Amino acid sequence: MSIHLLRRIMESLLILLGITLVTFLLLYLLPADPARQIAGRSATVETVENIREQLGLNLPLYQQYWHYLTNLLQGDLGRSYLQKTEVSELIASRLPATLLLMAGAIVCELIIGLTLGVISALWRNSRTDRILTLVSFTSVSAPQFVIGILLLYVFAVKLHWVPIGGYGTFAHLILPALTLGILGAGWYARMMRSSMIDVLEKDYIRTARSKGLSRGRILFRHVIPNAILPIIAMIGIDIGLFMSGIVVVESVFSWPGIGQLAWQAIQRVDIPIIMGVTLVSACAIVIGNLLADMVAPLVDPRIRIR
Amino acid sequence: MKKHVLGPVALAVLGLTAPLALHADDAANGGSMIVTYKDDVSTLDPAIGYDWQNWSMIKSLFDGLMDYKPGTTELINDLAESYTLSDDGLTYTFVLRDGVTFHNGRAMSADDVKYSLDRVTNPATQSPGAGFFASIAGFDEVSSGDAQSLSGVSVVDPKTISISLSRPDATFLHVMAINFSSIVPKEVVEEFGEDFGKNPVGTGAFELTDWTLGQHLIFSRNEDYWKEGLPNLDQITFEVGQEPVVALLRLQQGEVDIPGDGIPPAKFVEVSNDEQFKDFIIEGGQLQTGYITMNVKMPPFDNKIVRQAVNMAINKERIVRVINGRAVVANQPLPPTMPGYAPDYEGYAYDPDAAKAMLKEAGFGEGFETELYVYNTDPNPRIAQSIQQDLKAIGINASIKSLAQANVIAAGGEADQAPMIWSGGMAWIADFPDPSNFYGPILGCAGAVPGGWNWSWYCNEELDAKAVEADAMTDAAKSAEREQLWREIYLSIMEDAPWVPVFNEQRFTMRSPAVGGEDAIFVDPVHVPVNYDYVYSTAAQ
Repeated sequence: MSIHLLRRIMESLLILLGITLVTFLLLYLLPADPARQIAGRSATVETVENIREQLGLNLPLYQQYWHYLTNLLQGDLGRSYLQKTEVSELIASRLPATLLLMAGAIVCELIIGLTLGVISALWRNSRTDRILTLVSFTSVSAPQFVIGILLLYVFAVKLHWVPIGGYGTFAHLILPALTLGILGAGWYARMMRSSMIDVLEKDYIRTARSKGLSRGRILFRHVIPNAILPIIAMIGIDIGLFMSGIVVVESVFSWPGIGQLAWQAIQRVDIPIIMGVTLVSACAIVIGNLLADMVAPLVDPRIRIR
Repeated sequence: MKKHVLGPVALAVLGLTAPLALHADDAANGGSMIVTYKDDVSTLDPAIGYDWQNWSMIKSLFDGLMDYKPGTTELINDLAESYTLSDDGLTYTFVLRDGVTFHNGRAMSADDVKYSLDRVTNPATQSPGAGFFASIAGFDEVSSGDAQSLSGVSVVDPKTISISLSRPDATFLHVMAINFSSIVPKEVVEEFGEDFGKNPVGTGAFELTDWTLGQHLIFSRNEDYWKEGLPNLDQITFEVGQEPVVALLRLQQGEVDIPGDGIPPAKFVEVSNDEQFKDFIIEGGQLQTGYITMNVKMPPFDNKIVRQAVNMAINKERIVRVINGRAVVANQPLPPTMPGYAPDYEGYAYDPDAAKAMLKEAGFGEGFETELYVYNTDPNPRIAQSIQQDLKAIGINASIKSLAQANVIAAGGEADQAPMIWSGGMAWIADFPDPSNFYGPILGCAGAVPGGWNWSWYCNEELDAKAVEADAMTDAAKSAEREQLWREIYLSIMEDAPWVPVFNEQRFTMRSPAVGGEDAIFVDPVHVPVNYDYVYSTAAQ
């Protein structure tokens, strides 16, 4: 187990290194010159050159990348070109909001997804099942922007139940978490449905039924606990899926997380922030996958690690 | 205006008419307001901040030697109590106001003025405004790193500073009024280093009391402000990360006072027809021109007749309609409110048939293919489509390249990249109200270099010489002559047609009924979007 863990961590580090290289290359190829952006429209050519030199942008690519890596190892993500602040400071100030939103979204996702999945499986092939299948497919493929604006319009603007965007109280969290949750819930519903159907056909369920156990007891004691096992590993992987949704949802709901930071940086081609946020997201995905791998055998001993 | 003698109806009526009746001088202090922005505030360091969002915030935190009369482009003294100009037009001597203190309580002196000018011109500061100070003696030495201090700036005594120029410069007092000339305290700058922009200390009407990254900034009233009775508000909260559409909804619900990013184009018609809010939308001009550049170094735009034909092919009225009429049609580079504007000049008429004939005359009877670069945010791609349609009508097939702002700027700065650029979203807004500010970087030879902002790559040395001559006319008695010279320069440019001037954008600021002030301060030409110092709370009145 510990060797496996070590190997997985090494692999993860290599993946992260690869991501820094690819992101660095992609941003380097962008036809936008940060020195010119900083220097502004009234700057002389000498001023631009001077700034380029101070930022080390005149160095060959491999040297720039090496500087980036050595700084990274010391925990230095660089300084934003346009916001003039340490990237680590910017990310640290926004990470709590994003983590809170993710936690809220996972709760929404599990509640909605699992409930729909259980209902679908119990009434398999009925009209309810077909409608729920349609709903879960639609929700998975719906643009976050549309769902977000729709919820905002109905619950904040028309009904005044929750505030229109912002951050700080539980009421602020409801809509963005729900938007992200609805979008992910479809996957959980599908997973839960098939997992439930699988369990329902197992011999031990038939035995339980023949023993005369009540329907509720069979469901909550035997079916759901067994059907839910594969779902747990999915939560880890889900963190990766969230990263893309979070950019849009945070922008729509004025949620001050790293998704919003990323969106602002992309629009303004603020390379150090884009690099920093990409790296943090990549870490989240890698750690999520790692956790999923590690937790799976703990909850289901049939899964063995070789 | 005492509340207890008025009934609720009368109060409501007064609430609406108050902006007309009340002047900043007699407005009662107190109250607060909330302004929203989509993007984070970048920096509040006056030597570095150079976007329309932080521009007016910096103006409220800092003061300079000169300023403008609120709501106008009229120069007035600010931290300078008075100034004199030597007979040769080369040395300005400023006498500083008494009793001005920084937010940290220390008295401001002439040493601070010298330190601030040395700092902004020092290449290590990376100030985008350093170039504005090029006429101060010793600028070249500081700029190249050979000197640390401007030889032309000297402290005469703690209350007097003398600034010598290397050449007469009629725009110098305007330069002393822009944010880059703000006075900063040396000890605070040295304490915070690169983070001074997050911990700004100036002499301005407000001081920064809280900045929660990604969430909000709080400006509080400077109780020791040297201007009597100002600012009016006790507090301004700038909430960041708010989408403009969401900000507008919040304003309509009474949660927000000013949407800093303005009214989103898609919502403009709706709010301007809204009975409840249409009176709270204030319109004003701005020193801005939106234009199409044609790269005179790239064929076939190296042919003057082709450029003139394009000028005649563009239906500017329709483009103005695309942005819901939020602009006036332009026919020359200078906007109408700028000195030097030629009111009698008729420009190129919209005449596609004549344009087509001219293309034929230039040898392009069959038309040609080209590319139109555009910044990819609304409404710019829609404007580009309108331009594309007009060009198509005379046989020019322009493919639209819709890119991020930084990429358009990068393409414009290469001599062989962008044949045509629609300037929208990056269009020139004057740094100060003087005709010379529309020339140097965007139409003069100095800007027609790799990485420059003269995207049409137009360089006419004869006009450059005339521009230098015009800027040397520092004598106030010659201002009409100087204006005339600038007028001639811009009309000569139009003859060569490196641009199609399309429109001069109008500004629209929306405010909530909870805040008031003269209309002019909500569309202040210098403080964009709003002159925060003069806004008052209607609840405090």
